[in-house]
Amino acid sequence: MPEPVITARQLSKQYGDFTAVDGIDFDVAPGESFGLLGPNGAGKSTTMRMVGAVSTRTGGELRILGLDPDKHGPDIRSQLGVVPQQDNLDQELRVRDNLLVYGRYFGLPRGVIAERADALLEFAQLADRAKAKVDDLSGGMKRRLTIARALINEPRILLLDEPTTGLDPQARHILWDRLFRLKEQGTTLVLTTHYMDEAEQLCDRLVVVDKGRIMAEGSPAALIREYSSREVLEVRFGSDKNAEAAERLQGIGDRLEVLPDRILVYSENGEAELERITQLGLEPITSLVRRSSLEDVFLRLTGRSLIE
Amino acid sequence: MTATQAPGTGIRRPARALYAGNARAVVARGLLATRSSNLLVVVSGFFEPVFYLLSLGIGFGALVGTVATSTGQEVPYAAYIAPALLAVSAMNGAIYDSTWNAFFKLNYSKLYQGMLTTSLGPLDVALGEILLALLRGAMYAVGFMVVMQVLGLNLSWTALLALPAVLLIAFGFASLGLGITSFMKTFQQMDWISFVMLPMFLFSATFYPITVYPEPIQWLIQALPLWHGVELIRAMTTGAISGMVLVHIGYYLVMIVVGVVLTTRRLRALFLA
Ligand SMILES: Nc1ncnc2c1ncn2[C@@H]1O[C@H](COP(=O)(O)OP(=O)(O)OP(=O)(O)O)[C@@H](O)[C@H]1O
Ligand SMILES: [Mg+2]
Repeated sequence: MPEPVITARQLSKQYGDFTAVDGIDFDVAPGESFGLLGPNGAGKSTTMRMVGAVSTRTGGELRILGLDPDKHGPDIRSQLGVVPQQDNLDQELRVRDNLLVYGRYFGLPRGVIAERADALLEFAQLADRAKAKVDDLSGGMKRRLTIARALINEPRILLLDEPTTGLDPQARHILWDRLFRLKEQGTTLVLTTHYMDEAEQLCDRLVVVDKGRIMAEGSPAALIREYSSREVLEVRFGSDKNAEAAERLQGIGDRLEVLPDRILVYSENGEAELERITQLGLEPITSLVRRSSLEDVFLRLTGRSLIE
Repeated sequence: MTATQAPGTGIRRPARALYAGNARAVVARGLLATRSSNLLVVVSGFFEPVFYLLSLGIGFGALVGTVATSTGQEVPYAAYIAPALLAVSAMNGAIYDSTWNAFFKLNYSKLYQGMLTTSLGPLDVALGEILLALLRGAMYAVGFMVVMQVLGLNLSWTALLALPAVLLIAFGFASLGLGITSFMKTFQQMDWISFVMLPMFLFSATFYPITVYPEPIQWLIQALPLWHGVELIRAMTTGAISGMVLVHIGYYLVMIVVGVVLTTRRLRALFLA
């Protein structure tokens, strides 16, 4: 296995008495696409900021490209591309100037920056908006510009903190497509998300984090295999009858998960379970059989939904 | 892999973590951004001291006649207040960028946060922003010097030395202004700055000698930066240069160093902690 580009051991971050990241271990291999999946407040952004060498760890070990961020912050940052959770584009500059100026922060020669800026505007599908004001861009365009900006220094690792949160489905798909291309070109991606479809689409491997700790690690498929069944049957009985129905469903499927509005039945064969339920004389208002997703993994691991 | 232990918090990081030698990228960004801002807003600060000079210097000056400088020289009233207003003009320009503008960038636009995710260090950002503020101060001041020359208020060839002196004054105010602003979190706190600036402007031997005040007040005024700027410039434009000039210069050098150090530390604490 090649030398990892990121190594974290017992990595922790404390804010006063509060522990935001509580001793996490992970490695990221070059060219890998690695995800942190977790609910609000899990410590994803805090971890990303430590990896991005803009936040000092309060415990544990961290190496980025073999360097300690405490001692080599600028050296590390010069080889990273960062897409923060909240866009911080330069509102006072126009679209293309955002790229040019950002390139200069890395001390790159003007000629090189100009060339890259044009290529990146193409890549981000913003070439026709080069002279636009940042404020006039849509949310999706801003996000793409932020990604383009993060690539101006040809980073070895691209850090993306919730790249598609707040975008409509179409904008998300455009973004996923761009990120997929980067991945194919061999850029190491580290991304956080609380969308399981995003994690499934983009991540080779991910960790599920909750309350600053890693709950599980693996590829999306392996996690689903390990922590969930192949299929899930979702049945609704109406909120007042839910608990009562749950009593009578005991023993059906591999496992039950009772949520306030519905019951999830984990099984290798959802249709067969539905059959058994109707045989018991129970009549669900609605029923749905679907494949297991990372959402189910998360529910299993924490007893809570990913998106509250 | 480096084999060294990770240091705990509070261990000094090497200078390289503070400075990438690329403050000019920050300056270049500022110049580009200024291009898009409203020209009227940019130059309005320049006119304020010019209006004071025209109204008080010429109008009021006709009633007052001459005034004695701190070195005892009798000069026409307009020539007395002009160097003071020159210092004010350098101060205004420097303060314009380093207070309200910087406050917005620090707390709302996330500009510095973005800069510090690149290979720039906090000292690059601090120096770049201070240089920009200084540049505006210098522009205001040079414009004001031209007005003075036209009105015949530069009484000695040493007025030429006022040029480097205004740079020093603008540098001092830009640097300390940014340092102080970096601690401000709310608009009310920012108002405190104006609350200090106005009396400082009015009482720092700007319009009359400070000898009109009781001794303790004089000491207080002499502790504030503008008085040193006013006296320094007045020495240059009236030609009465004494040893005190060195004290004034020293005051500004300290102010610059304090401001740069303060700003750098704050930027690091705010965005790299
Ligand atoms: N500067 C700070 N000071 C104090 N507490 C903080 C600070 N930054 C983050 N926290 C706390 O640390 C915890 C983790 O925050 P973090 O932003 O890393 O979560 P997250 O997983 O990114 O969540 P989200 O999905 O909402 O972005 C939260 O409880 C947050 O309130
Ligand atoms: Mg976050």
